[in-house]
Amino acid sequence: MTEDCDGEEKDEETRRWSPGQGGSSSSSSRGGGSGTSASSPFKNRCVRGRVDQPPPFSGQVLENVLENVLQFLPCRRDRNASSLVCRSWYRAEARTRLELFIGNCYAVSPARALGRFRCARALVLKGRPRFADFNLVPVGWGARFSPWVAAMAAAYPWLERVCLKRMTVSDADLALLARSFSSFRDLTLICCDGFGTPGLAAVAELCRNLRVLDLIENDVEDEDEEVVDWISRFPETDTRLESLSFECVNCPVNFAALEALVARSPSLRRLRVNQHVSVGQLRCLMVRAPQLTHLGSGSFETVPVADGAAELDVAELESSFVASKSLVCLSGFRMVAPEYLPAIYPVCAGLVSLNLSYAMTTAEQLKPVILRCHNLQTFWVLDTVGDEGLRAAAKTCKHLRELRVFPFEATEDSESAVSDAGLVAISEGCQKLRSILYFCQRMTNAAVVTMSKNCQDLVVFRLCIMGRHRPDHITGEPMDEGFGAIVMNCKKLTRLAVSGLLTDKVFEYIAKYGKLVRTLSVAFAGNSDLSLRYVLEGCHKLQKLEIRDSPFGDAGLLSGIHHYYNMRFLWMNSCKLSLRGCKEVAQRLPRLVVEVFGDQNKELDGDAVEKLYLYRSLVGPRDDVPSFVKIL
Amino acid sequence: MEEGRRGGVCPQLLDLMPNKRDWIVKDDGRGGEMKASQLEVESLELRLGLPATEEEKDPSVLSLALFYKSSKTTTTNNNNNKNHHCAGSKRGFFGTFESRTEGPQQQKTSGANLKDELPQSQERKAAHEAPENASAANMNSQTRAASVPLVGWPPIRTFRKNFATGSSKPSPEPQSGDLQSKVKLEDCKKGLFVKINMEGIPIGRKIDLSTYNSYEKLSLAVEEHFRDLLAAQKDPSTADTLKDGEKQVFTGLLDGTGEYSLIYEDNEGDRMLVGDVPWDMFVSMAKRLRVIKSTDLSVIRVQDQYAGKEQQQSVELY
Repeated sequence: MTEDCDGEEKDEETRRWSPGQGGSSSSSSRGGGSGTSASSPFKNRCVRGRVDQPPPFSGQVLENVLENVLQFLPCRRDRNASSLVCRSWYRAEARTRLELFIGNCYAVSPARALGRFRCARALVLKGRPRFADFNLVPVGWGARFSPWVAAMAAAYPWLERVCLKRMTVSDADLALLARSFSSFRDLTLICCDGFGTPGLAAVAELCRNLRVLDLIENDVEDEDEEVVDWISRFPETDTRLESLSFECVNCPVNFAALEALVARSPSLRRLRVNQHVSVGQLRCLMVRAPQLTHLGSGSFETVPVADGAAELDVAELESSFVASKSLVCLSGFRMVAPEYLPAIYPVCAGLVSLNLSYAMTTAEQLKPVILRCHNLQTFWVLDTVGDEGLRAAAKTCKHLRELRVFPFEATEDSESAVSDAGLVAISEGCQKLRSILYFCQRMTNAAVVTMSKNCQDLVVFRLCIMGRHRPDHITGEPMDEGFGAIVMNCKKLTRLAVSGLLTDKVFEYIAKYGKLVRTLSVAFAGNSDLSLRYVLEGCHKLQKLEIRDSPFGDAGLLSGIHHYYNMRFLWMNSCKLSLRGCKEVAQRLPRLVVEVFGDQNKELDGDAVEKLYLYRSLVGPRDDVPSFVKIL
Repeated sequence: MEEGRRGGVCPQLLDLMPNKRDWIVKDDGRGGEMKASQLEVESLELRLGLPATEEEKDPSVLSLALFYKSSKTTTTNNNNNKNHHCAGSKRGFFGTFESRTEGPQQQKTSGANLKDELPQSQERKAAHEAPENASAANMNSQTRAASVPLVGWPPIRTFRKNFATGSSKPSPEPQSGDLQSKVKLEDCKKGLFVKINMEGIPIGRKIDLSTYNSYEKLSLAVEEHFRDLLAAQKDPSTADTLKDGEKQVFTGLLDGTGEYSLIYEDNEGDRMLVGDVPWDMFVSMAKRLRVIKSTDLSVIRVQDQYAGKEQQQSVELY
């Protein structure tokens, strides 16, 4: 998922809300009605026309032509820009936009979005702020899919694709979705919750044209008695399934039904099963679908069966992998039995993506795998791989674009086998690196500086030193210089997450050099409001700012007044905000929704604000506010 | 003014100042900007009179070694959402203080406060002090055992956190199905480690409910956890003997016949007697446990859910 901005929801009138700054968005600089880049002979006519008057005939022809042209414009930023040229272009663009991307489901109402874009076939909708993944947003906060699916059922009978991230989707919503759209093809749910196997059963049964059912990191809740055998609900005929991912579904699936489903899905290319599928069963599936390109194994070990059947031989497993000649992506590997790991050697050379981040294996067990993966571009792994394993990756994976190193033991005091040495090794070996997420306990400024110099293509740099306020473990200094070098040297950087001991200085660097930064994550950093002020004044492209446990107060908050309308959201928890400051922001920026809340059971009291979430919105305060949230 | 009496229940003064606690100043707007660092409070511990002033502080205030209960309702300007303890320990300044178990962050915060709030002449001093405190606190944070975990830190999604509970190290042998089912069971979002406090004992424990499968086992575990603490409490010199005597204390924990009873706080914040619901349901609902005197069952004080449970007694300000 890319973290792009969502600027398209605003039409011309909202450009004028930016107080005194004339709107600092990247697209046009128009204020009143003077388009800049439109074709000039027609410009004035289009501008002067009101939206309710039909354009003159020549204008109509132009619009038709325009629509044909705009169909070739898929990128939503380009579309946003073209919609601002004049009303004619606005209408043409609205009629031809096929994919509706809404980065914050509360920034616009279903009625308004669907009213403008009447022909969309796909919806991408994001709900909760990212810190909800870490239990910082109380349950019941919002982001329900229900109003959206209800509105779309009426407005978009031809809907084909839905992708939701951090939304609450109920079984009823899934059932309505399945019933309402006869052409429905792709359903992708990422980090969502609220549904269970009954909802999946409805989708399986009723979406006759289903091609993609990707359930990624959702919280699938099922009471034990209510588990439904959803796999059996797919139609008996050949399906059009291309991708089926259900790693996050915690209950066992009917394997016989799954195997039969795979057998009658000739288009299936991506299959990711959950941990209840044993490696022996996986082998059966691979035999049925040798054309797979993406495979997510379940458990990679055999649970001894009661009837004493022989365990799967490694050689047999290996032969299955040999037969799967098209595999480019491997994932899963929960409960890895290390002796089975060599079975994947035959496919390593062809792998572009390898996710071993659930595999509790040692560096020694992993190295032979890594050393064979010459073409790897995406590598997710646990920190048990160690600096040594990372050195192996650096030596072999010269095309690596994305690396994520997750902690085996995610606590502040844990021992981690990866450190600054691993980071340096990766930077030296994998100079095409674009994205890195690195959890560790020990880091040095020198290592981060080295990475900044070696990996100039970095777009995403997320370093998490798990012990709070940890300085450079060799010099004892704050990590300011390291992160400063990243923003200074990596000119394409758009996403940054900082950690370790950090003073105001690092934010000064970020403000000065991080001109393209769109997403910034801050935790336990900074000394004073200066930090927040630097960032809000200096990072002109900042879209998403999430901060926790940092000493930033009202003064810092108010310093961003000029910029909040350009941002998707600001999240702050456990900082030093007060109601007074938040209210002032709310008053001065009427199009901003300012939510303050505490923990779920705790009433707001006193002046201190525990959690702040503010975002621009075209529709004002939402109407599904739970009792623990106050909108100022 | 003097150190407040604590009803004779709490241990000696020095014991109430474990290294892991730190202090921040809350800006209560009363103008007295006070800062207590760990070092300072320790130095204050030894004196009753005017401490030597390394900082320009109001000496008359420093001479007061007061005990304070910081209740949740007066909490303002928090910058941490956890563990607002009321601790009967030395604080004694104009502002209200909170003890923290997240040391380094508060050190830094106090340093930051200092930067913002103290008059110019003190800023340089504060600037020197903040890093020094931060590094001292860092060392403390590293030496202390895994303290109270923060919410959502490190920032890892819950389903990635199952490893450490399953096995401590990746094992070279094939993992048994037993492990697999255990990892399945470990649903970290339910928070199976719960705090348990015992009335009369200032320091609580944490127990992992998932390692027990019945109330009896839980009761035994409670006994195990608190037996020694209770013994030390009653009479430090005879902590080693008295095994039998202590055993008496913990019988009847669940049925109300003993000297103590076990209660829990459920996910809705209500206090309930342990033992009514099936074990599994209890595990999913219990958020914290408490061992209280059976006589108190009818007169449970409504305590602030955020008031510190480690310090049982609320300390009066004299």
